[in-house]
Amino acid sequence: MSITVRYFASLREQLGRGEDRLDAGDADTAAAVWARAVPERDMPERVLIAVNQEYAEPDHPVRDGDEVAFFPPVTGG
Amino acid sequence: MSVSLHPKPFDPWTLVATHQAGVAAGRFGATAVFVGTMRDFNEGDDVRAMTLEHYPGMTEKHLEAIVAQARERWTLEDCLIAHRVGAIEPGEPIVVTAVWSAHRREAFEACRFLMEELKHRAPFWKREALADGGTRWVEKNTEG
Repeated sequence: MSITVRYFASLREQLGRGEDRLDAGDADTAAAVWARAVPERDMPERVLIAVNQEYAEPDHPVRDGDEVAFFPPVTGG
Repeated sequence: MSVSLHPKPFDPWTLVATHQAGVAAGRFGATAVFVGTMRDFNEGDDVRAMTLEHYPGMTEKHLEAIVAQARERWTLEDCLIAHRVGAIEPGEPIVVTAVWSAHRREAFEACRFLMEELKHRAPFWKREALADGGTRWVEKNTEG
């Protein structure tokens, strides 16, 4: 199962990359995608998640071809 | 309805005037506008410049969804949101939200709603360059 994982802002800097293309194996939720993409680090407590560019909860299901994004609290405006 | 992102400085008043020329004359009696401009201070520090990162694609979709929510909640003639991205200097406008409606209550309330929803949920992130040479990510919005 192929998933595009994206990271933004301070999280992107901390991880040293903005994107992973992942064979997600049996990772079937957004939180499981994080665990597979960033095994060295627990998912940050205040992280926001989007699946296919819409906000989602950690247990949101993911499917082949999905884009899953993780980012810190937003500060626009 | 207009949602736009601007990598270069824009004049919010020109955007509002140009957009209003396309809103049916006689249909609206109220125009409410909010303009957010970059300060040269934040959290007690002098700020020299700022970079606004965003999530291309999701940002536009999210702003359009906010406008759709406002139009469900209030009777509105039209809405506009424009937001800067990239490198910004103090004194430059960052954001404008504008609402056209028959009466002032809808215009004021919907304009406030657009701005608050944008600040709390739209995927933008500010990184400040401080006068002392350091940089930092802004971690939270200031209270309204």
